Amino acid sequence: MFLAIDMALVIEKLVLIVIVVMATLVIAMYTTFAERKVAAILQDRRGPNRAGPFGLLQPLADGLKLFFKEEIIPNFSSKALFILGPALAMLTAIMTGAVIPWGDKVHFFNRDISLQIADVNMGILYVFAVVSMGVYGIMIGGWASNNKYSLMGALRAASQIISYELAMGISLIALLMVTGTLSLKEMVLQQQNEYWNIVYQPLGFLIFLICAFAECNRTPFDLAEAENELVGGYHVEYSSMKLGFYLFAEYVNMFISSVVMATLFFGGYDIPFLNEANYDQNWMALFGVLMLMAKVVGFIFLFMWVRWTIPRFRYDQLMNLGWRILIPLALFNMLVTGALILLKHNGWHF
Amino acid sequence: MNALTNRAKQVDRRKMSFLERIYLVAIFKGMMITFSHIFKKKPTINYPEKTRPFSPVFRGLHILNRDEEGRENCTACGLCAVACPAEAITMEAAERQAGEEDLYREEKYAARYEINMLRCIFCGLCEEACPKDAIYLSETFAPSDYQRKQFIYKKEDLLIPHPIKQPEEYKKALGNKVKREKAN
Repeated sequence: MFLAIDMALVIEKLVLIVIVVMATLVIAMYTTFAERKVAAILQDRRGPNRAGPFGLLQPLADGLKLFFKEEIIPNFSSKALFILGPALAMLTAIMTGAVIPWGDKVHFFNRDISLQIADVNMGILYVFAVVSMGVYGIMIGGWASNNKYSLMGALRAASQIISYELAMGISLIALLMVTGTLSLKEMVLQQQNEYWNIVYQPLGFLIFLICAFAECNRTPFDLAEAENELVGGYHVEYSSMKLGFYLFAEYVNMFISSVVMATLFFGGYDIPFLNEANYDQNWMALFGVLMLMAKVVGFIFLFMWVRWTIPRFRYDQLMNLGWRILIPLALFNMLVTGALILLKHNGWHF
Repeated sequence: MNALTNRAKQVDRRKMSFLERIYLVAIFKGMMITFSHIFKKKPTINYPEKTRPFSPVFRGLHILNRDEEGRENCTACGLCAVACPAEAITMEAAERQAGEEDLYREEKYAARYEINMLRCIFCGLCEEACPKDAIYLSETFAPSDYQRKQFIYKKEDLLIPHPIKQPEEYKKALGNKVKREKAN
């Protein structure tokens, strides 16, 4: 072998990658099902319960339906860009799963395998950068459709995303001042030893939550996919699986945002009130993963709960909220956090 | 100008308080309301397993009746065809031959009796017009089909099963006719 890496590491990482990608896709699929069920329950009706027991095969039916539809590519659009748009959206959605600590270490085959594909020491920055690239998927889709309405819809969606990225970034800075590290694994370890970051950064969490709604194009910020849909919107010219990719990428984004929020503010795979070192390592790792999934399910339910309660924003209200309210609030949060940290270092006197 | 009544409400033009302006309190209250709907009873009926109860006088598919010995009641008098506002019933009469006394009640019977379900409006006037208690509307729907000509129901499709030769099916097809007569 010309690489100075041992084969066991390569195999371990490959298996982990396959598992994480498959799990992300399956969870996103069942999130679409959960969306319909939760929407139904909140609206005094039952959701789909005919396809398979309790309707559990419904996402399969939806996926197959999309595969069987006809692939239409408009004549005067740029074919390469047309296909690239949804591919980019899906790519950036799944790529973020690479740096998230899904669990603690497991011990198999005499090796300690950590359940994180890449423990880079700039984890949060990587997540942020990849999510920003998701804008390209929407913009390219809108441009390649060769349609005035698609372009307008894509422009609106893109402007919404970049406006809310700023407030998200600034609230993250406040969080980073508290944790002192960008690596997601370090953050989870710190939260295991002290309190969860929600205790130190409640306002930061609120701002991050609102910005996550905007980044995922979820109600109340979903004018890119709902209102414009009445006229156009960036995915009006798409059919079959390309449309499926756009819609699916939204759910993957939602899942990843929930995981990131759970990791940053709610302790990731940490089980509260339990000292993990006292028990068997593998079982604790498994429970950690399940605990993370429980938190993610809670967040996803929150996403859906808010969607079916609140009406959506007008475009100027949305921009107003992003620039004139959230950014000053995030800056204020950052300043207060900085002041409190300095005070703490000084021993709590001026 | 003077108001006619004193029911007009004064519009509340106060500026929003701080708690109202941040909308988070209102959003939270709204979310509580939506959450409470999870625990309310759903009015959905799981259709093929359960059906919605119909009243005893529901007008569904037609049935040609027989008497207790199993002879057909219908004498092809044509009153139902005349009464039908949609002209859905057609029939041809025939004379009862010597050996057919246990098949037909009177000397005239309907050799061909057809109802076009696509024309029928399920009004029940044929049931009201019949002097022999030979046709009545039961409680089943007309099932869907792929071709128009399948909707012309012939006499065999409409006749009630024989009460002596096929008693369970007869009873099932009779349905709640007794309840309806009591209701009437």
